[in-house]
Amino acid sequence: MGIRAFIEGWPVYRQLTGTDPLGRGAAAQSGRSARLTARTEGADTVARSVCPYCAVGCGQRVFVTDGRVTQIEGDPDSPISRGRLCPKGSASRSLVTSPLRQTTVRYRRPYATEWEDLELDVALDMIADRILAAREQTWEDVDSEGRPLNRTLGISSLGGATLDNEENYLIKKLFTAMGALQIENQARI
Amino acid sequence: MAEAHPVGFQWVMEAKRRGAKVFHVDPRFTRTSAVADTYLPIRAGTDIALLGGVVNHILENELDFREYVLSYTNAATIVSERFVDAEDGDGFFSGFDPETGSYVQDSWQYAGHESDSGSGHTAQERDSAAGLRHESHGAQVHGETLRDETLQHPRCVYQILKRHFARYTPEMVERVCGIPREKFLELARAWTENSGRERTGCLIYSVGWTQHSVGVQYIRTGAIIQLLLGNMGRPGGGILALRGHASIQGSTDIPTLFNLLPGYLPMPHHADHPTFDAWVDSIRHPGQKGFWGNARAFGASLLKAYWGDAATPENDFCYGHLPRLTGDHGTYQQVLNMIDGKVKGYFLLGQNPAVGSAHGRAQRLGMANLDWLVVRDLFMIESATFWQNGPEVATGEIVPEQCRTEVFFLPAASYVEKEGTFTQTQRLVQWREKAVDPPGDARSELWFFYHLGRRLREKLAGSDQPRDRALLDLAWDYPTHGPHAEPSAEAVLREINGYDVTTGRLLSSFAEAKDDGSTAIGCWIYSGVYADGVNQAARRRSRHEQDWVAAEWGWAWPANRRILYNRASADPQGRPWSERKRYVWWDPDAGEWTGYDVPDFERTKPPTYRPPKGAAGPEGIAGDDAFVMQGDGKGWLYAPSGVLDGPLPTHFEPAESPMRNPLYGQQANPTRKVYAHPVNSVNPSPPQEHSQVFPYVFTVSRLTEHHTAGAMSRTVRPLAELQPEMFVEVSPELAAEAGLTHLGWAHLISGRAVIEAKVLVTDRLTPLRVDGRVIHQLWLPYHFGFEGLVTGDSANDLFGITLDPNVLIQESKIGTCDVRPGRRPTGPALRDLVADYQRRAGIIPGRTPPMVTVRRPAGQADEGPGEHADA
Ligand code: SF4
Repeated sequence: MGIRAFIEGWPVYRQLTGTDPLGRGAAAQSGRSARLTARTEGADTVARSVCPYCAVGCGQRVFVTDGRVTQIEGDPDSPISRGRLCPKGSASRSLVTSPLRQTTVRYRRPYATEWEDLELDVALDMIADRILAAREQTWEDVDSEGRPLNRTLGISSLGGATLDNEENYLIKKLFTAMGALQIENQARI
Repeated sequence: MAEAHPVGFQWVMEAKRRGAKVFHVDPRFTRTSAVADTYLPIRAGTDIALLGGVVNHILENELDFREYVLSYTNAATIVSERFVDAEDGDGFFSGFDPETGSYVQDSWQYAGHESDSGSGHTAQERDSAAGLRHESHGAQVHGETLRDETLQHPRCVYQILKRHFARYTPEMVERVCGIPREKFLELARAWTENSGRERTGCLIYSVGWTQHSVGVQYIRTGAIIQLLLGNMGRPGGGILALRGHASIQGSTDIPTLFNLLPGYLPMPHHADHPTFDAWVDSIRHPGQKGFWGNARAFGASLLKAYWGDAATPENDFCYGHLPRLTGDHGTYQQVLNMIDGKVKGYFLLGQNPAVGSAHGRAQRLGMANLDWLVVRDLFMIESATFWQNGPEVATGEIVPEQCRTEVFFLPAASYVEKEGTFTQTQRLVQWREKAVDPPGDARSELWFFYHLGRRLREKLAGSDQPRDRALLDLAWDYPTHGPHAEPSAEAVLREINGYDVTTGRLLSSFAEAKDDGSTAIGCWIYSGVYADGVNQAARRRSRHEQDWVAAEWGWAWPANRRILYNRASADPQGRPWSERKRYVWWDPDAGEWTGYDVPDFERTKPPTYRPPKGAAGPEGIAGDDAFVMQGDGKGWLYAPSGVLDGPLPTHFEPAESPMRNPLYGQQANPTRKVYAHPVNSVNPSPPQEHSQVFPYVFTVSRLTEHHTAGAMSRTVRPLAELQPEMFVEVSPELAAEAGLTHLGWAHLISGRAVIEAKVLVTDRLTPLRVDGRVIHQLWLPYHFGFEGLVTGDSANDLFGITLDPNVLIQESKIGTCDVRPGRRPTGPALRDLVADYQRRAGIIPGRTPPMVTVRRPAGQADEGPGEHADA
């Protein structure tokens, strides 16, 4: 390192001669932090997204590298949030990458004391069979005066406020066609 | 707001910087109070008394925005001479039927319209939560109304309002709410000063307001103030509901709710809607004014989207396939039915009722008595493990070896692992791009329900059972992609938007809906979200590149309109009320409405337009009728129908209160929904005996760092670290009275449960002097449960089940309890303690408290059979 580079590397010199007289920014930066790059800079892709917590609807940018979410930040373009996120929105990456997330199907037999594993495809098939059985057992064609009912009160569902509109649409459409009308979500709670 | 909707709160701070005064009303001093100009602690459950005080202040001093009120509200409309106000009925309006605990609304109607109230009797409307239908439009009234433009007629709405609220004086506010009258007057003055041509004021509430047995009437009172002050439909005005979940607005619009179909069309009722025509007419009310005239096209287009080619005009578009309501099928009725063994299977889709719903024990006992339960979530939540780790396992009420519920836990894809739209709290629909694939077996709900439907249809193929027709006829062909055959969310959004059945052209607005089967529309109010074949919800034009309305960021229903009823932002002649408050106005040269937003009015209907006599539908709306979805074109200060518990808000005590109602003999909302079930109970309130067994009031709300039932926050490290423990906040005075120590333990007892929490002694809570006595309030967060990184007892376990009559939402913002130092008992001793309190309080589980607490409700000719509890 030459003498000039040495002096220029000295924070006080940079503070006095540079654009940062208060020494809070560039002047105080160490060589190590100058060499650091943000996770967001090298991201392969960025998805425009929306915070999954409350209904303010803050804009998010989801940074992805090698098929993994590396960072989630506020979207500065959003007229709602202007790039800001609260503690929950800021924790979104920890939410989606949490080691506590379940990634396999779990099954508890009646009267069992433990969980077991189950193939997703088998689970789907078992659930379909149980829906058909519940309809069989509890189906109501007509009321006492012969007016149509076309329904089962043997099936209930709760949830939707954390889901997408498209998902809620399919849920309601399918349940309605099944004759299941006891469909509810957080909007009732 | 700073706690629960922090980023939204930046706009309040922005307004404050520009000179707005911020008032914060809350039982507890929060981060919002800290930056407000004035903080008003309030006795929980008394908001109608406070807001009624503001209404009285406006009317007593004639501070209403008279020009707005005369033109845009029903202030001048004359009401039936048969109407008797609650002021003259000790808390009851005319028409109360003690047999069903509900009203017959005929006498509430406008003069000459006494037979217009639809079913007349509201008991059935309560069971189907019919009030929710009005979310997209007002209730209806027929034809022409009698008016007195001088507002002097004793039966005009203005005078009725004035008499109704005359006793809501500053002294009464102090007596009921515990708010000193000077502080109240400071609020009332600031609010009324922000009114008129140059100024507007804004009312913001969080949806805890809905969690009361009079929740809808809280909001009604706010609406009355905002209409009187001319704050609706104008920039800087309005009533802003801060909803709590990313897409809870969307899940109401495109509902997963028992009583609604998409776009607030009602689920058919077995007795009222036997045919497609009867169903349609019950929505559009033939002959009425306003924009519901097209209900037939919306209904036909929905059924066409559901049943595709099978739906034809000849078979009423498969209307016969729809299941029918017979009464209350809401979530609380369902849970009680589970306990009674009537429900076989239960799906939980990103929801955790074991922690998040009122009366957690009832929720868990219900789930323990199913044939099968499907839980779809990111995490192993309490509602999936109640049979193994729940509090009832500890008390011996649930024994795993004897619990027959078969549980399927299916991991869900997170919001970054799928694409689709959320609708946030201002009706803004925003598309999310997919970032990564979901891990392992995790799948979207779109995947799960599409493939479940496919499988059901395969299994039923060839069935000749009539009940299987609806599944087999279903239009269920969605394009899929990727290794897991993920259905296309864009294809579903296009169906929601609607299309021309023959050409496939996407519709640009619901005005294109047809009733002949040539259009299919999944949710008519969302029509336009895919206008011009473009996903409008995916628009992300930077805020720096457009004006402050930001119309090109996402898409708002209806028609990308950002402020509803914005015709009211111009004066009756169509001119902006002032330069400052210019928003939407009539351009006489162009002959059309114009402005910053999409006008909420027929574009070319001039302000001078007057409807021909007897005109119906949109034609009946005059050029200065700003509230175009209302049958009379007016904002309703007084609601002749649509609200089941009264045309005007009236202060009632919560279902559980330590106080006698200071305003009326009737203690609590007489129309509230109660359930006489052995698992349920209500703590006694005056005039019942033994209310002193539960002497304290508790209320619950959110922490910034946690989210509802905790499934998305107690599982996330940074958030769990920030708020690691269940706690209860108490005032120093209450701590001294109850022997509680800071950072020590306390347990709280209600008639349902005992829970424990760490004690935080803080002057964020203050004892209130109310009606000559001191009321102590405790505050709890409701996020905790027994799973996750941080655990604790659930506050919602303390609540019983009592619902608002309009929308069947539970009263879970207020209850009564006792508090004791130390930890709670464990094992069976815990239930013994509850039983002991029940015995001392005279609670007999399964028996509901007396609903009527006066001798004779108004409108009753003789001694009604209502229970009398003054003894
Ligand atoms: S970042 Fe915070 S305020 Fe914004 S949507 Fe998410 S939870 Fe709500």
